Amino acid sequence: MSTLPLLKVNDVSKFYGSRIGCRNVSFELYAGEVLAIVGESGSGKTTLLSCLSTRLMPTSGIVEYHMRDGQYRDLARMGEAERRFLMRTDWGFVHQNPADGLRMTVSAGANVGERLMAVGDRHYGNIRATASDWLQRVEIGVDRIDDQPRAFSGGMRQRLQIARNLVTSPRLVFMDEPTGGLDVSVQARLLDLVRGLVHDLGLAAIIVTHDLAVARLLSHRMMVMKDGAVIEQGLTDRVLDDPREPYTQLLVSSILQV
Amino acid sequence: MATPLVVSEVAKSFTMHLRDGVRRPVVANVSFSVKAGECVVLGGPSGVGKSSILKMLYGNYGVDEGQILMDHDGKLVNLATAEPRTVLEVRRTTLGYVSQFLRVVPRVSSLDIVAEPLHARGMPLEEARTHAAELLSKLNLPRELWGLPPATFSGGEQQRVNIARGFITDHKILLLDEPTASLDAKNRAVVVELIAEKKAKGTALIGIFHDEEVRDAVADRILDVSAFSPRKTAA
Repeated sequence: MSTLPLLKVNDVSKFYGSRIGCRNVSFELYAGEVLAIVGESGSGKTTLLSCLSTRLMPTSGIVEYHMRDGQYRDLARMGEAERRFLMRTDWGFVHQNPADGLRMTVSAGANVGERLMAVGDRHYGNIRATASDWLQRVEIGVDRIDDQPRAFSGGMRQRLQIARNLVTSPRLVFMDEPTGGLDVSVQARLLDLVRGLVHDLGLAAIIVTHDLAVARLLSHRMMVMKDGAVIEQGLTDRVLDDPREPYTQLLVSSILQV
Repeated sequence: MATPLVVSEVAKSFTMHLRDGVRRPVVANVSFSVKAGECVVLGGPSGVGKSSILKMLYGNYGVDEGQILMDHDGKLVNLATAEPRTVLEVRRTTLGYVSQFLRVVPRVSSLDIVAEPLHARGMPLEEARTHAAELLSKLNLPRELWGLPPATFSGGEQQRVNIARGFITDHKILLLDEPTASLDAKNRAVVVELIAEKKAKGTALIGIFHDEEVRDAVADRILDVSAFSPRKTAA
């Protein structure tokens, strides 16, 4: 069990003019931990995720990341080039819509290979071999390596996006509704895949979802958001089996049983 | 050797905000301890709080007051106040749980569900699968089912997968929530035997068993949970 957190979030708030995006969020995330952020639409989940992943600049508060050299760096004080390098190598970001995270007009192999080139890989044969290995890991046939993701189904695109993100062995992955627009059988396959990869690679992940079943299956810890604030957090099992706050109780009791 | 589990003055209530904030006390002043190699059975009528106590011990339910102390790798951990990552660490190496129902993960085979706790502790997958196979055959689960996810299994088959998953590790503390509820006599006997093996190895066991025959066979001591009923102390 590593003793130092990978990510330290201290009192982060984001305002859009006078409207609240998220407010006063603090937590720490350790290597190998999967944190789910749940709440209804407009509760500030995606705003928070954007603030953590430097896609948005918080209005106030500090997000610090434990770099591979052992130093903590304040993300807001990093240069643009350094931040982009971090996002391309040490981090992954899986978008709800794969088209936002993939380059739709280059081949599947190139989508995976591009991230490898970003970390300095130049040998075409190695890149292609790693790319085809990753396509297999996400259960995409190697014979599709030269096809563009435009020709892929929604579920395949999402798996390709995951391969693209994980190929550089990131330490932290952000996921925004990764199973969003997928039908349930495709969802199950993706969930199983993500669960296995997170375990095998020892990733830390922050997953935004409104689906509590997804959170139960994938996450260790959970934060419940409402009106921009974190109203309850703890072990995922505890939050779902013994919800304390009125809003969490409402969320949990609203799940449809199959 | 430290006592594996000490529960001290634990109280639990539910506040139901969707029912106008009604506060429903569950248990109060729960105090007991379990020694290594001992099997304590929680007794008392339905609804008295037996399952709630097990869920508090596992960390699925929060605790209002009191302490739940566990000997985790030679360190004392208070599960009632521990951080989520500490709870997960304790569950990985010290604290096991056989629930009444299996939470089925789509697409994962029965063999891998059983092997997972060993694999999670660092054992190579193939070796973990060998142990899993041994246990599943001991519990008479037909071999042709091992490769299938248990979603479509009968209650008794799912229960056996669940038992195998719970018994495969050498956790020092094991919680059992009616592990024999949907089993036939032959498999109940296997579970009784497995429990005896755990006791011999020095595992501390806390269980709920409604089946009297099984209870008499495994219990060293029966703890009457109605003694912890908050309603009684209030009256």
